[in-house]
Amino acid sequence: MTTATVPATTARQQTINAVQAVCASCERPAPASVLSTVGTFGWRALLKIKHVPQQLFDVTMFPILFTLLFTYLFGGALSGSPSDYIQFFAPGIVVQTVVFITMYTGVAINTDVHKGIFDRFRSMPIWRPSVLMGAMLGDLARYTIASAIVLGLAVALGFRPDGGVLGVLAAMVLLLAFAWGLSFIWVIFGLKLRTPESVMQMSITVLFPLVFATNIFVRPKTMPGWLQPIVEYNPVSLVVTAVRGLMQGNATGGDIGIALLVSAAVLAVFAPITMRLYAKQQ
Amino acid sequence: MSDQRLGSQSPLAIEASGLVKTFGSTRAVDGVDLAVRAGTVYGFLGPNGAGKTTTIRMLATLLVPDEGSAQVLGHDIVSEADAVRSKVSLTGQFASVDDELTGRENLVLLGRLLGYDKTQAKARADDLLDAFELADAAGRQVETYSGGMRRRLDIAASLVVPPELLFLDEPTTGLDPRSRNQVWEIVRALVGQGTSVLLTTQYLDEADQLANRIAVVDHGKVIAEGTSAELKASVGSGSVHVRLGDADRRPEAQSVLTANLGVPVNLEADPVSLTARVDDPERVAGALGELARAGVAVSEFSLGQPSLDEVFLALTGHPAEVPEDDDDTRERADEDEEDAA
Repeated sequence: MTTATVPATTARQQTINAVQAVCASCERPAPASVLSTVGTFGWRALLKIKHVPQQLFDVTMFPILFTLLFTYLFGGALSGSPSDYIQFFAPGIVVQTVVFITMYTGVAINTDVHKGIFDRFRSMPIWRPSVLMGAMLGDLARYTIASAIVLGLAVALGFRPDGGVLGVLAAMVLLLAFAWGLSFIWVIFGLKLRTPESVMQMSITVLFPLVFATNIFVRPKTMPGWLQPIVEYNPVSLVVTAVRGLMQGNATGGDIGIALLVSAAVLAVFAPITMRLYAKQQ
Repeated sequence: MSDQRLGSQSPLAIEASGLVKTFGSTRAVDGVDLAVRAGTVYGFLGPNGAGKTTTIRMLATLLVPDEGSAQVLGHDIVSEADAVRSKVSLTGQFASVDDELTGRENLVLLGRLLGYDKTQAKARADDLLDAFELADAAGRQVETYSGGMRRRLDIAASLVVPPELLFLDEPTTGLDPRSRNQVWEIVRALVGQGTSVLLTTQYLDEADQLANRIAVVDHGKVIAEGTSAELKASVGSGSVHVRLGDADRRPEAQSVLTANLGVPVNLEADPVSLTARVDDPERVAGALGELARAGVAVSEFSLGQPSLDEVFLALTGHPAEVPEDDDDTRERADEDEEDAA
């Protein structure tokens, strides 16, 4: 049998020399710290937003449509006028936006673990969960950008948060803490289910009642009696109450405390489960 | 199989005994023993679903074996996984680089993870991009790369900190001949540098070109082990392929060839093709003469080295499955082996 054409000897020798030189000329660095590897994976997530910015558009499309739809179609009926309604609705729709986006953390992990790059990360001498933690760090950036877009729209539609910039920032911090805990749930789906589609499906099935049976759109006292306690104790409602209070400048310490407690509880329950599953992931 | 060893003085880079990994009811790896000398290339040759990838994934600490144990560079792959990870690099079967990032970003990312600061990581990335002839494409997202470029980046990514042992899982599957040659040169350069390499391949000639020793694997077991010369000797000195002008004459051709070659003649899927392994190439000319005398027209004929299929046929009694380059069968390739049986 004939051998395939061999490149010119000089070219071959050049390749060999270059590869050997690059291997010889390198000192072995000290291992990276956990903080540094998590930060590096966060940077990776930001690079992905930079290279594929349309993913931000995808996740903010619905909240933008919802904001416009509810404000102008139902605002008058619900609060007398669209501009009155947006004062009530804006903080809620920001919560809804972020809560919905959290599921993409699970979808992204599911896509990632099936790629060769994940094997490479796992075969490196680094703290394994830093891939996950870094991805979540990147997601925080995504939540923040999406919230800013929706808040910007709300302000353009007449939303005037009485809590001022500080109130809005405090509300965002609280919301991000809650979202972070929540994202661990979708990572469980992301690790357990086979395809990104099924992760999305499962997440939406859980998210829909969680987001709609809340005080985001209307006050619970307009609802039938049996539904009111369900809506009022829905964790998302508790967070919405605190976020709304902070943005409007009338939050009580109790509201904030409960929302923090809910966020901490979600994190305390799901983070250990997720981390265990993640460590066992093969 | 003779016990002649290459570089028997050097210590073992990999020593595995009785590795088993089960997925559901399938034993993907079914008792693999391995001894790989440091500074050599060891070839793991077998079809899709043979358990090659699963074995590599166990040795690279990505999978925990169900049974058996292995030492990689003197460290246990389970209890000292971190020590193993700091000395090995893995280039997976499906590009283990991030498609959405640029080539440079990929290398900087890995450099940062391995402990370089930003400046060092960037400098290292640029050195590697130059050495692997990727400098021009450094700022492009990897998804725009050709197969050969992607593979080179993939190998470069494994050398951000040069490992003592490099795992290459099917490094040339799907590459054109030129890119394949480039990858071969890179592997030779690395070995010249003292790196040990464990590579899996479906191609006999690749194992032949690169590997000091080869293990042939099938259904999760090592069915033969040795140098490429030893393996070929066990298969016969060569094989003859005959294509006929007329498919109807094939049974006749088969009996004529069987009688004159003195070995079994196999019918191929192609209705005009026959192949046989020959121990004595001298008899081939005579056999072809007999075909002509019988009036059977031969349109093509070749005498060459045994192919992987023939090695398999000789060693296992069944042909190697033709691999399909399916993009996301990484684990399923191993799980589906019942189908391949």
